Amino acid sequence: MFDGRGRLVLGVALATILGTPALGTAQVPTGLGRTATPEEIGAWGAIIGPNGEGLPEGRATAAEGKALYDQRCARCHGVSGNEGPDDRLVGGRGTLASNQPQKTVGSYWPKAPTLWDYVNRAMPFDQPGLLTSDEVYGIVAYVLYLNDIIGEQDPIDAGTLPAVEMPNRGGFVADPRPDIGAAALPRP
Amino acid sequence: MRREQVSRYGQAASSVTPLQDLRGSITPSALHFERHHAGIPEIDPSEHRLLVDGLVDRPLVFTMDEIERLPAVTHIYFVECSGNTRVKWAPAQPDTDAQTAFGMTSCSEWTGVPLSVLLREAGVRSEGRWLVAEGADACRMTRSVPLEKAMDDALIAFGQNGEALRPAQGYPLRLLIPGWEGNTSIKWLRRIQVVDQPYMTREETSKYTDLMPNGEARQFTFVMDAKSVITRPSGGQRLASPGFYQISGLAWSGRGRVRRVEVSTDGGRTWVQAQLQDPVLPRAHTRFRFDWTWDGTEITLASRCIDEAGNVQPTRDALIAARGTQSSYHNNAIQGWKIRPDGRVENVDV
Repeated sequence: MFDGRGRLVLGVALATILGTPALGTAQVPTGLGRTATPEEIGAWGAIIGPNGEGLPEGRATAAEGKALYDQRCARCHGVSGNEGPDDRLVGGRGTLASNQPQKTVGSYWPKAPTLWDYVNRAMPFDQPGLLTSDEVYGIVAYVLYLNDIIGEQDPIDAGTLPAVEMPNRGGFVADPRPDIGAAALPRP
Repeated sequence: MRREQVSRYGQAASSVTPLQDLRGSITPSALHFERHHAGIPEIDPSEHRLLVDGLVDRPLVFTMDEIERLPAVTHIYFVECSGNTRVKWAPAQPDTDAQTAFGMTSCSEWTGVPLSVLLREAGVRSEGRWLVAEGADACRMTRSVPLEKAMDDALIAFGQNGEALRPAQGYPLRLLIPGWEGNTSIKWLRRIQVVDQPYMTREETSKYTDLMPNGEARQFTFVMDAKSVITRPSGGQRLASPGFYQISGLAWSGRGRVRRVEVSTDGGRTWVQAQLQDPVLPRAHTRFRFDWTWDGTEITLASRCIDEAGNVQPTRDALIAARGTQSSYHNNAIQGWKIRPDGRVENVDV
């Protein structure tokens, strides 16, 4: 009759009053779960938004990020960022409309904060979570610099990174399906 | 919780369901296809926590015990990788079989809590429009999901086909977004953050977007379209002799129920309606069957799905005319199987 927070569970109460069997449907909220403290939420880590929401303090230039990139990233992505063996990070501009499109950070990624978020959450591949905020800013700056998007000495931080204009920022469109034959009905 | 990384070279990055060997509509859990982005984490369920935060009145932390106390439901849904059937963007190779081309779709009975229940527990604020779901795998896989879908039919699932989730399917907890590309159903779910806009994560910008011939890319192409494949007979099999066979296969659509499946025994020139096996459920694999006698001549079998929204599974030519050949994902082209006079079955385009 009462949930965990002391509320009367109405469905059961009404059924009891009317003398009909209750359908055992849930009353929400149930009171389960525990309120998360700001400290706990902070410990879960930040999810960075497309306009830099959640970016932490810290700052670095491409020049400062180069050594760490060479040490931690080049083995999989190449010293110049475009020789692999894993995802190409650099180059490919002007190839998206061809039969051999190269989707790199420079040619394809629409938002610079996404790069910070992904390096921070998932890289290096063998030790994700290893990097400090300053180190992530440095690697992000270096990859942007290799793509000729920023200068080698441009300071990259929570203020400047969201303002970086990615070359393909206008390259994405909403899903227009259905778009094929009999299924391609006019859209209202 | 161990945030453990596994070498991509030390462990298979994927496995595909042997559709040609399945008989009903449910995929056995051990045969569910596997795709993951940074290995399979080992999670102790007693230590696992789910955080619901962001634009909510009450940010909440749940243990697995508490999640399993919440009001649960059970539904049958397929999960299909958006890259399933991507081989069909290239011309057909004769040796490709059903498992190789179509095996990144599977169908299970999922048990879990409606995501809407969890969001009501936390109380979504009026500015909330999307949520970001985050996994506990090594790459902390993230996808943005519109709140409308989250409140409609999304589940946080802990059960699959009557038992706990398998580790490769997200044990102890995963998101399950019915009918949408599989990677949105974040496995090893550790966080739901309500936000005011899509968060443009790496997976939904640089990866799961569909590049068009003009160089623009379609984004948030969530729904898996109407699709079918004949699984018997199919590539790599051999018909022993002319005579009676029951053609059988699977059909599904992320836009609802399968309304009709049609089978062609002349390479797509004419089509005849197949029988559908009850129950025909929304966003679930539906088994179809078609009684047929093979006369021993060379013929091409094909199937096409029509869903309850009226979408018709297209030909490969129609798909390429609309989208080119570089969009990678969401290929739902009609599949052809050529029966050779000696009974061998080969992959062909129709």
